[in-house]
Amino acid sequence: MSPSVPLQEMIRAIRSARTQCEERGVIQRECAAIRAQFRQSDNGGRSHNLAKLLYVHMLGYPAHFGQMECVRMIASPRYSEKRVGYLGAMMLLDEKQDASLLITNSIKNDLSHSNQYVQSLALCTLACMGSAEMCRDLAPEIDRLLRASNSYIKKKAALCAVHIVRKVHDLGELFTPAARSLLAEKNHGVLHGAVVLITELCERNQETLERFRKTVPDLVQIMKGLVISGYSPEHDVAGISDPFLQVRILRLLRILGRNNEGASDAMNDLLAQVATNTDSTKTVGNAVLYETVLTVLHIKSESGLRVLAVNILGRFLLNNDRNIRYIAMISLQKIVGTDHNAVQRHRGTIVDCLKDQDASVKRRALDLSLALVSASNVRSMMKELLLFLSSCPPELRAQAASGIFNAAERYAPSQRWHIDTILHVLTTAGGDVRDETVPNLIQLITNASELHCYTVHKLYRALLTDISQQSLVQVACWCIGEYGDLLLRGECQETEPVQVTEDDVLDALETVLQSHMSSPATRGFALTATMKLSTRITDNVDRIRSIVSIYGSCIDVELQQRAVEYNALFRKYDHMRYATILLVHSNNVHTVSISFERFVLKMQSSVFCSGSNRQVSPLVFLPQVCDLLDLLGGSEVTLQPIPAVGGTAPGLFTNTSSTTGGDLLDLLGGLEPAPPFFCSELSYLIFSAAPTVQVYEKAGVALTLSCEKQSDSGLTVTLTASNSTDSDISSFTLQAAVPKVCLIKHAIPTHTHQQTSFLC
Amino acid sequence: MIKAILIFNNHGKPRLSKFYEHYNEDTEQQIIRETFHLVSKRDENVCNFLEGGMLIGGSDYKLIYRHYATLYFVFCVDSSESELGILDLIQVKVFVETLDKCFENVCELDLIFHVDKVHNILAEMVMGGMVLETNMNEIITQVDAQNKMEKSEAGIAGAPARAVSAVKNMNLPEMPRNINIGDISIKVPNLPSFK
Repeated sequence: MSPSVPLQEMIRAIRSARTQCEERGVIQRECAAIRAQFRQSDNGGRSHNLAKLLYVHMLGYPAHFGQMECVRMIASPRYSEKRVGYLGAMMLLDEKQDASLLITNSIKNDLSHSNQYVQSLALCTLACMGSAEMCRDLAPEIDRLLRASNSYIKKKAALCAVHIVRKVHDLGELFTPAARSLLAEKNHGVLHGAVVLITELCERNQETLERFRKTVPDLVQIMKGLVISGYSPEHDVAGISDPFLQVRILRLLRILGRNNEGASDAMNDLLAQVATNTDSTKTVGNAVLYETVLTVLHIKSESGLRVLAVNILGRFLLNNDRNIRYIAMISLQKIVGTDHNAVQRHRGTIVDCLKDQDASVKRRALDLSLALVSASNVRSMMKELLLFLSSCPPELRAQAASGIFNAAERYAPSQRWHIDTILHVLTTAGGDVRDETVPNLIQLITNASELHCYTVHKLYRALLTDISQQSLVQVACWCIGEYGDLLLRGECQETEPVQVTEDDVLDALETVLQSHMSSPATRGFALTATMKLSTRITDNVDRIRSIVSIYGSCIDVELQQRAVEYNALFRKYDHMRYATILLVHSNNVHTVSISFERFVLKMQSSVFCSGSNRQVSPLVFLPQVCDLLDLLGGSEVTLQPIPAVGGTAPGLFTNTSSTTGGDLLDLLGGLEPAPPFFCSELSYLIFSAAPTVQVYEKAGVALTLSCEKQSDSGLTVTLTASNSTDSDISSFTLQAAVPKVCLIKHAIPTHTHQQTSFLC
Repeated sequence: MIKAILIFNNHGKPRLSKFYEHYNEDTEQQIIRETFHLVSKRDENVCNFLEGGMLIGGSDYKLIYRHYATLYFVFCVDSSESELGILDLIQVKVFVETLDKCFENVCELDLIFHVDKVHNILAEMVMGGMVLETNMNEIITQVDAQNKMEKSEAGIAGAPARAVSAVKNMNLPEMPRNINIGDISIKVPNLPSFK
């Protein structure tokens, strides 16, 4: 290829390349030739070379070696070379390159060039890629051009000024007087530029905005001229005179009239006129109308005008053209906060748009529908939204699911409805919900105690149909574990009860455990549920035992650890199994239910080491959450003394609260301290009232613990001890220990028991 | 503010790319690819607005596009621009029609081979990301004047080049392949093409 093949030849050559590889080859040869040419630096075809380079750049190949050439070309006296040079500067240079500083001087000279086209090139480039320093240097020049030049240059200078103001905010002051005087121009291009400049100045600076409020009458005058004047061929677009300028002016009026009575009053007539006179059959007319409506709604307009505006938007919503509908929904979104009732009137149409084929329209409709949900219409809206969820495009699913959850939480008419809704969402879009949905739902179910039976039946059915939605499966497993007895009982008032046998339930759980679709977390839930069921069912305990022991050699470390602990519970502490699991049941923890349970079981399995026991003392821990340990079953246990406490007492307790979380476990003697995360999680556990538990009964002594939540951070635990033997009990000591995060306050016990004497 | 103006064909090949904010070359190509991907999935009768891709900026940006024959015209704008206004800019009486006037029934090939001219026309319409002039006649007048200036600069040295291009663009009439006069059939030899 000869070195000076002009641009079109090169393009032809590139296009004739049949494969990507060939194309790359052609381009590499061309670039090499261009580079050589640049180095030569003296030939007539320089502009052609740079043009070729820019084409290659557009296709995506590296072209940075052309930067210096751009600088040189800009400095050349020839117009054609300048033109390509400036184009190259806009495409290849930016403020981060050093080369951009070099062109500042050229731009400065060109701004005062005699030829207006050279001036315009310089203005264009400055507006495109001018850095802050360049802007500061050249701002006075631009100001001069704003005042004294022909209209062609003035309009370009105005937009250049906008760019400068965006880059260097302080220079806004410099341009304010010039901008003001530009409003008197007749040329539409200049007016347009002036309005854009004033808009930018007002948006940046509140003071400038105040000053420009005085121009409102002028702007109104200009608009009137545009709207009323007859046909003007040069500005006409489909019957409307210069719609672009009209839209710009309306936008500026919006900014000026916001929160200001005086300015808003001045505009009212004009806006009414525009709103009624504009022809809305073409897109241009709609553009102007739309802008008018937005302006009316954002300034302090009179109520008649507002009604007119919302009606126009309503008309837009029914328009056949999808673009118009889209636009209407955007503007309704903007005003749904302030004019909620007005938008509610169009709820039906908006909900219909949810079924539109167009994804953009659907998205807008979803946003707007979620904003329109209120206490009165929540049932019907939710029905529509759930229908939408089942057929919505995948990118909108997550947003729809979380929106539905929020709305349900705020406006749920009943708990049962709420649970139903969440279940429905989980069934349709379970994969797209956020992680905290599962604990939230568990919390919700636990709180709705009268619906336990209903919930567990529903969830069991859902589990049978489909085990692929992880969140749903997790909640279902938890529920079956907790309320399995309700399920097995086979009676339910709210819904058709399912007649299940224990085997069926275990089958279901086992399917979840074995399925390849279940995530490790889900498996964990299933295993724990199986374990919990061991106390609620009577016949198949062995089956549970075998399931649990299988997982003792599972690859997943979590599951394995869990299974081993449960196994230990079966083997060594079978007599305590019931109690442990019952305890776990009575606590309503949500965020860390899994690790908490493990914690409990770990504690349980380590605490009851063998040994003889003389002293039976209730061990009361008062973390904020629950009564963890309990010497149920009256077993003979020893609690070995901890070295840490310094052997102050044969017991393990201290009466004050200065044990750290780690010591909590040490208290139980000989335990390996639990990994730190257990203890930190304890402090996150939120307590809700635990039922009264009878913690000890033996030899006529019965102890009951009940807890009451006094305040957010305080909890009262009452220990009631009763003695039903004939003899007295003496030396009854109550000692309590808590982790460091809690404080204990002892209250003076009131005892009404005749037969005992206490020492508390 | 207009962030970018892209023209690409039905296969995603860029025909014009103008960015009003700086990105490095890789990012620019990625933007073009992603925009093409988003736009080409759209049906024919859906609306012309797309909430933008992840790349070209946050949720404030929209893509406004129109599909003409083999080309997609895409404007990426932020919320300060009137969406319907930009649509008009592309469609009615401004961009496409101006190109039409300048190139006489513009087609994709014109855009391919005269990229620099298209840039010049665009520079008269949109400057620094803002709409500069919307009056079609005004734009065309200015573009013509600038082109004239460029041609006059090339001066006498450019005359041979101009002569060659004039001849190349001349359309020689089609030569008949066979001339049939009664029984005589003369096969006309294939003249080499004049290029």
